[in-house]
Amino acid sequence: MRVVFLFSAFFSILALATITMFLFVSGVPFIAKTGFAKFLFGSDWIPLADNPSYGIFPMIVASLYVTALSVIIGIGIGLLTAIALYKFCPKKLVAPIRQMINLLAGIPSVIFGLFGMTIVVPFIRDYVSPTGVGYGILSASLVLGIMILPTIVSVSLDSLNSVSNTYYEGALALGATKEQATFKIMLPAAKSGILAGVVLAVGRAVGETMAVIMVIGGSPERPTSLFQSVRTLTANIAMGAMESSGDTLSALIATGVVLFVFTLILNVSFSLLKIDKRDKADGKKEKRGTKK
Amino acid sequence: MNEFIGSMDITAKGCNLYYGDFHALKDINIEIPEKQVTALIGPSGCGKSTFLKIFNRMNDLVEGCRMEGEYRIGGVDIFDKETDVNVLRKNVGMVFQKPNPFPMSIYDNIAFAPRTVGITKRSELDEIVERSLRRASIWDEVKDRLRKNALGMSGGQQQRLCIARSLAASPKVLLMDEPTSALDPISTGKIEELMEELKKDLTIVIVTHNMQQATRIADKTAFFLLGELVEYGNTDDIFTSPRDERTERYITGRFG
Repeated sequence: MRVVFLFSAFFSILALATITMFLFVSGVPFIAKTGFAKFLFGSDWIPLADNPSYGIFPMIVASLYVTALSVIIGIGIGLLTAIALYKFCPKKLVAPIRQMINLLAGIPSVIFGLFGMTIVVPFIRDYVSPTGVGYGILSASLVLGIMILPTIVSVSLDSLNSVSNTYYEGALALGATKEQATFKIMLPAAKSGILAGVVLAVGRAVGETMAVIMVIGGSPERPTSLFQSVRTLTANIAMGAMESSGDTLSALIATGVVLFVFTLILNVSFSLLKIDKRDKADGKKEKRGTKK
Repeated sequence: MNEFIGSMDITAKGCNLYYGDFHALKDINIEIPEKQVTALIGPSGCGKSTFLKIFNRMNDLVEGCRMEGEYRIGGVDIFDKETDVNVLRKNVGMVFQKPNPFPMSIYDNIAFAPRTVGITKRSELDEIVERSLRRASIWDEVKDRLRKNALGMSGGQQQRLCIARSLAASPKVLLMDEPTSALDPISTGKIEELMEELKKDLTIVIVTHNMQQATRIADKTAFFLLGELVEYGNTDDIFTSPRDERTERYITGRFG
């Protein structure tokens, strides 16, 4: 039996190792062959031409734009939602609203994509876009912003709730308004937890594929406007992977390597944030312990 | 808008307070004189902390809390529509049982209250911080580490910091809810000395479980039992010749 347990324990690690190996073994040589700088910073993606070019810089830029904008939208709405649920809405409503926000997290991303295609893109095209193009960074960011809301709301609310209420009472007892107590005391005290939630949300936004493909357009062009068909790293892989082979497929796997490194950096910083928080708490305990 | 000016005596008339169906305070009438220390004593759960929290309206935060009666500080009806609860709390400071400095620097802790009323000038804040810390006689201990996190201080220092933080709002009344129950005797002594000093300008009401403390620091003492105010008078009289048998039993430690 012990062997079974051990195998199960090692299964995920095995999977991780295999994926990493596969990515690097098939991707890195291709990057080396094309040239590191040419691959990362090249601005032309024409894999099927007679003289093919594999520059993914436009996609990296598009990914960064979409991620940044969606996280700004997600944090803006999500943090305010968490604050509303924290002290500013009737207690009876907190649980049902949280439940519904959590339901949002369970909706498959392809449905978000459909919602984006049929509602967000036409709306942007008709009422917002100066160029008459609905597909693009803004549409993708809006859809992604909604998708990451549940993460940001629930992590932020948990962080706020884990801050001792004695701070809140202390602030009110000094004549602070509810708003001052929340924004000047509770929010800063919950900062590191909220930041960890944001990193988690960024990871989700960087990696999201399906919903993005459906609203971003898909042209491998360098983004110059929010209303322009572009392509993210994830979209690049998913759009081509099924029907590619040879060098093109290798180029897509190499794109995967870049994406993998991005998410790895995010995950490591998430862990560091968590460790940092735990260290601080431990440090406090230790100090108190030695005094007594 | 009601302002708190002039004398700072506290009165409660016909005070009844309920938590849901529970009748926590029963028909209490009391007049607390200004610039003296008044101790509220009684066994746990007798309502003395609840009574204390009426005067900076912290009970407003408690769900299902209902009140009757008339409450005045310096003649101002504290539940009047014209009374701003935030202005009330600036004038009626509170020190809690467990020291609760904010998780930020010593300086920012003290500067919090002045900042909430829009004081941002550095020189003005510096002056308020120094003055408040001096009044709480903790300036000499912390003047070299004002930028350090307040959570790194000892419990006794934290509590004096909290007193300084209240003083920075320039209150006229200070409510203290068992401020020394979590502290060692030396820190307790320092806080008692401090109260002696502060009562020159402030009306102080303190809840305490420690009867020696009441005899050491309080000019007046009120004995609460099961939500009733059993006896109220000069501390000396209460502890040497109580009029009520229940008071006598409590102060001689023969209770329940």
